[in-house]
Amino acid sequence: MNVMQSTARAPSAEAASKLLSIEDLSVSFRTRTGIVKALDRVSFDVRPGEIVGVVGESGSGKSVTAFSVMGILDPAASITGGRIAFEGRNVLEMSRRERDAWRGRDASIIFQNPRLALNPLRRIGQQIADVLARHSPDRPAVIRQRVLDMLEQVRVPDPKARQNAYPTELSGGQCQRVGIAIALACRPRLLIADEPTTGLDVTTQAVIMELIRDLARSRNLGTVFITHDLALAAQYCDRAVVMHAGHVVETATVSELFASSRHPYTAKLLRSVPSLADSLDELDAIEGSLPDLRRDDLPFCRFAERCERRIGICDSAPLSLTSLSPTHSIACRNPQ
Amino acid sequence: MNEQSVLDARNISKHFVLKGGGGLVRRTRPILHAVDDVSLHIASGEAVGLVGESGCGKSTLARVVSRLIDPTGGTLSMSGRDVTDTDCAHFVHSDLRRKVQMVFQDPSESLNPRFSAFDIIADPLRQLVPGKGREAVSARVQEAARAVNLPPELLGRFPHQLSGGQKARVGIARAMVVDPELLVLDEPTSALDVSVQATVLKLLDRLRKEANVALLFVSHDLNVVRLLCSRILVMYLGRIIESGPTEQIFERPRHPYTKALLSAVPTLRPGQTVERVKLEGELRSPIDPDPSACRLVGRCPWQQARCSVAEPALVPCGPGHEVRCHFPLD
Repeated sequence: MNVMQSTARAPSAEAASKLLSIEDLSVSFRTRTGIVKALDRVSFDVRPGEIVGVVGESGSGKSVTAFSVMGILDPAASITGGRIAFEGRNVLEMSRRERDAWRGRDASIIFQNPRLALNPLRRIGQQIADVLARHSPDRPAVIRQRVLDMLEQVRVPDPKARQNAYPTELSGGQCQRVGIAIALACRPRLLIADEPTTGLDVTTQAVIMELIRDLARSRNLGTVFITHDLALAAQYCDRAVVMHAGHVVETATVSELFASSRHPYTAKLLRSVPSLADSLDELDAIEGSLPDLRRDDLPFCRFAERCERRIGICDSAPLSLTSLSPTHSIACRNPQ
Repeated sequence: MNEQSVLDARNISKHFVLKGGGGLVRRTRPILHAVDDVSLHIASGEAVGLVGESGCGKSTLARVVSRLIDPTGGTLSMSGRDVTDTDCAHFVHSDLRRKVQMVFQDPSESLNPRFSAFDIIADPLRQLVPGKGREAVSARVQEAARAVNLPPELLGRFPHQLSGGQKARVGIARAMVVDPELLVLDEPTSALDVSVQATVLKLLDRLRKEANVALLFVSHDLNVVRLLCSRILVMYLGRIIESGPTEQIFERPRHPYTKALLSAVPTLRPGQTVERVKLEGELRSPIDPDPSACRLVGRCPWQQARCSVAEPALVPCGPGHEVRCHFPLD
């Protein structure tokens, strides 16, 4: 395990401080009705021990980003540019075998719907053992013990009995705990949680989020937490990356974002969240919808067509993320 | 009670008799108590929120109230008329059917994929208000679409050609087209994006004020309920455990479960940490609950000896505020 780590480790100190570095990632999907430019030059970093929230409406490219990192994109998708560096090494240049070994061992993902992500025909203990057997084979007795340890760490009550349960016998919250156990079984250094609490009750959501945060902190994991719920990101993340129609429009620490967001889209998103409003009058919907990403004439700023602060230059010049402070950057010509 | 009531439900229960159990002694079949002894009164034009975790019986109660299923016990009256003895099969033909309409959870799954938006909205009109000519139906559908801000050119489209927010509006227009007095909404915004959710909430509030339609809003999202409803009922394992004016429930919850539920809701102020009230374990089974114990026993951090020997009753604890707890919080 250590040998593998040292070969993957980046030479430069700059890169070593970053666990994951996504640089100018572009992804498009071939469809019958045209090419969908799902991601356009997406960039952000994740450092060890840091929880980064990726927020945006559905269709903004949050999950596509996560799937690109994990290498589990749909066959119709192709990565058209950029790099994804894990500890300094571009995972896009790995061979298929290297990538398969890397996934699950160094980087793991927790999926959105825990019931669908688990195999309904295998006992949950076996499913955790499967990952262990794939990435760190050991004697069956050792693996059995590690399965029990994992179930205990994700606080599944009575692991000895529950390891023999099938997913249908468990509640949604318990299934997601198993999902977390599978993701963390091989002690990865990067964890991607793709809307892990969608469909769960608020009380279960709080418990699962606290579990993910506690495990991430105690294991010094770099965590990417994908959500459409800004309130959830505010509560559990250190930094947030706001996405809109395949662009990163703003990145900042969570406190900066909520105290002094500069991008008009972030501001609108904040005004649409019920938990921040004191009455319905304070609540504002975002007009319009995401632009059709199949279009050839997409504006440089993909938010321009929904934006009240649109000016001439928004349509005429290419746009990129500019930093306002070491921790805060936006992609906007006419920020608030 | 001085205001005109659209719904008055008293001691409503809905029990499901399950298969199996008993073995040789067939008489003791297990009974699932989905709704237990719930009373609910909704005044004209009022917005009432019904909150609780999944499995607490809130959807079952919503279905009983909208007369989609028959209750096992209790009395139900609508617009001042007792409808307890009219079972669902007959209620369909009653003139009261159009007074209570339902908006379902997932707009994609609750719209007939083979109907155009126009036909979806026109269907209840054709079924419940017979004798309307083609032009009258068309005019009424157009009006309903306008009321929910659905552009008329979308009426010819099929559900798969509409966005999530548009489908939600078709679902609301379908319910509103027959001029109901009570709209029962079962998690109408849970499948929507935040940006769209705001529009739907504002639309519902406007309809309530303009058409004077009462809302029973079933949700697990307390933040949404807080904005839309003036009164909140909290359900746990088939029982109402606390009810009261929205501000009271939010500022001074008296039941431990309500407090736990509120503390689990993420707040958008970073750094601001609400002291989390943690409930141990999971929801107990609603099958044959112990009649002589509080249903929160085993999960409640404030539990005392009395809680496991006697179930508390719903008692007043302030103006319009009721709580079902032996030891209500301050």
